[in-house]
Amino acid sequence: MNAYSRYFVKKLFWYVLTLAIAIALNFFLPRMIEGNPVSMIVSQMSQGMTDSDTIKRVYETFMAEFGIDKPIWMQFLIYVKNLFTGDWGTSFGLYPKKVTDILASAVPWTVGLQLPAILVGWILGNVLGAVAAYKKGVFDKAIFPVALFINSIPFFTLAIIMLYLFALTLGWFPLSGGYDFQMVPSLSFEFIGSVLRHHTLPFLSIVLVTIGGQAIGMREMSIYELNADYVLYAKLLGIRDSKIARYVFRNAMLPQITGLALSLGTMVGGSLICEIVFSYPGLGTWMFTAIRQLDYPLISGCTLLIAITVLLANFTIDMVYGLIDPRIKASQMEEQ
Amino acid sequence: MKNSFAILLKSPKFMIGAVLFLLMLALVLIYPQINRKDPLEMIALAFQPPDANLWLGSDNFGRDLFLELMYGIRTSIRVGLIAGVFATVIGLFIGLVSGYVGGMIDNLLTAVTNIFIVIPSFVILILISVSINSRSSLVTAIIIGMTSWPWTARAVRAQTTSLRNRDHVHIAKISGHSTPKIIVFEILPYIASYVVMAFVLQTASGILSEASISMLGLGPYNTISLGIIMNWALVFEAPVAGAWWAFIPAALSIALITFSLYMMNTGMDEIFNPKIRS
Repeated sequence: MNAYSRYFVKKLFWYVLTLAIAIALNFFLPRMIEGNPVSMIVSQMSQGMTDSDTIKRVYETFMAEFGIDKPIWMQFLIYVKNLFTGDWGTSFGLYPKKVTDILASAVPWTVGLQLPAILVGWILGNVLGAVAAYKKGVFDKAIFPVALFINSIPFFTLAIIMLYLFALTLGWFPLSGGYDFQMVPSLSFEFIGSVLRHHTLPFLSIVLVTIGGQAIGMREMSIYELNADYVLYAKLLGIRDSKIARYVFRNAMLPQITGLALSLGTMVGGSLICEIVFSYPGLGTWMFTAIRQLDYPLISGCTLLIAITVLLANFTIDMVYGLIDPRIKASQMEEQ
Repeated sequence: MKNSFAILLKSPKFMIGAVLFLLMLALVLIYPQINRKDPLEMIALAFQPPDANLWLGSDNFGRDLFLELMYGIRTSIRVGLIAGVFATVIGLFIGLVSGYVGGMIDNLLTAVTNIFIVIPSFVILILISVSINSRSSLVTAIIIGMTSWPWTARAVRAQTTSLRNRDHVHIAKISGHSTPKIIVFEILPYIASYVVMAFVLQTASGILSEASISMLGLGPYNTISLGIIMNWALVFEAPVAGAWWAFIPAALSIALITFSLYMMNTGMDEIFNPKIRS
């Protein structure tokens, strides 16, 4: 086995263990609710229902799904088996819709919104931070406080302000939703145009906040690197500034990649709430609805999916990191 | 220590942050003493715009938003501080034990820390909040604190591991000092500056977490926080009604509080880490 595959296997082991713990948390935490969750839930959702047959059917569906009569470890095993066979339960709020169907309809919207927004914000933020550290002077003095202020605005706050400013007051962009209501999803120019117009504001609000945080981190790393001895040495050797800047950028970049991996969870969480503000038809909005209706299967479906996605993204970043960071390669060589 | 405090007072960034934060704290502590009305009392029509009487207008229930805002900021700061204390203490404890004791305990605690860094704390926060039926602001604060310690733990562990092999620690060991005594007197003073900074950051992120979770409708009951004001504004469609006063002031307050805390943190960072002074 070569050094990299050993690194891969080791990382894989840790991520599988983490996933197992995430699944266990997802199972056990909601079951801390006192009493029989099924009867509590059914009585809540059947308020106003008069047909006792329907109520009974609903009750039986959830009894079978939760398996309340069995011991807790049995329930957990059944839960895990169901997860892997693609049965994530039935939604309370939208009975008898399957949780997986709801999630499947929401995921493309969330991914289409967040992936480009976080990447664009990350890249722009890093470039701005590096430039601020390198140019210093007025540019740095202006960018830093602005970035710090933007960074301290929560994602959804900026989203609400933008919604009010650009959608309500100026009317440049639509208020809510993923596309115009009267349209039927199709591959026409009109539909794509409508999707893009609805996409702009949530996209921009995520990008802006991400830029702030990343720029601050990159500026700090770059200043740290610029003060390092090798920079002074390179300058004394008479190496061109642009070349030194490249060295500094590459060195400062590495911690930023780890930073991206570690802050991904927070970013995804923030962007999900951003979706609520725009009633964007993604996971965040569904979770908001689910929480208001106490739709436990849908809530735990959402949280599990978010946890899995963040884990996968982290794993990918770790793998890439193992390839590009010479120190990791070196430490693997030493171990061998 | 006294010296670095004196430098701190000369750092403009720290001073701006600290003054801003203290001013806000003073305002929200004093104003409710002057205006002794109940913030939940309905005194006007729904979404009345700001005027001389109602400085920030009224919300969907016709309540005085300025008064609500004062109570909201107070709750949010309180939740942030309590969450910050919990997160810092847990992280500090785990980091110190793991870094100083080493061996199996270190491996175990590091593994736990790494696992909880990767699982989004946001997810755990939602799961716990959904499961608890009676959430006071104290409970919410404790939950936030209990889900945000891993960062501190990791950094404290790294610094403790490097401090463990310094000469003064060896001398203390040879002189027969007990482990808790060595940790408190030989290790803790060296990481004190970091711990203070971590606490400030944890407080800021605690305020943001509270706002996020309350926006989702999982905030504390029977109280007003900045997140709850925003949640009301969204649920009762204040943006569509054009009632900017129902959410913009709350939004800006969150930003202002976290900004002041971040400023303090950056100021301290530049004092304690002279290398990053530009």
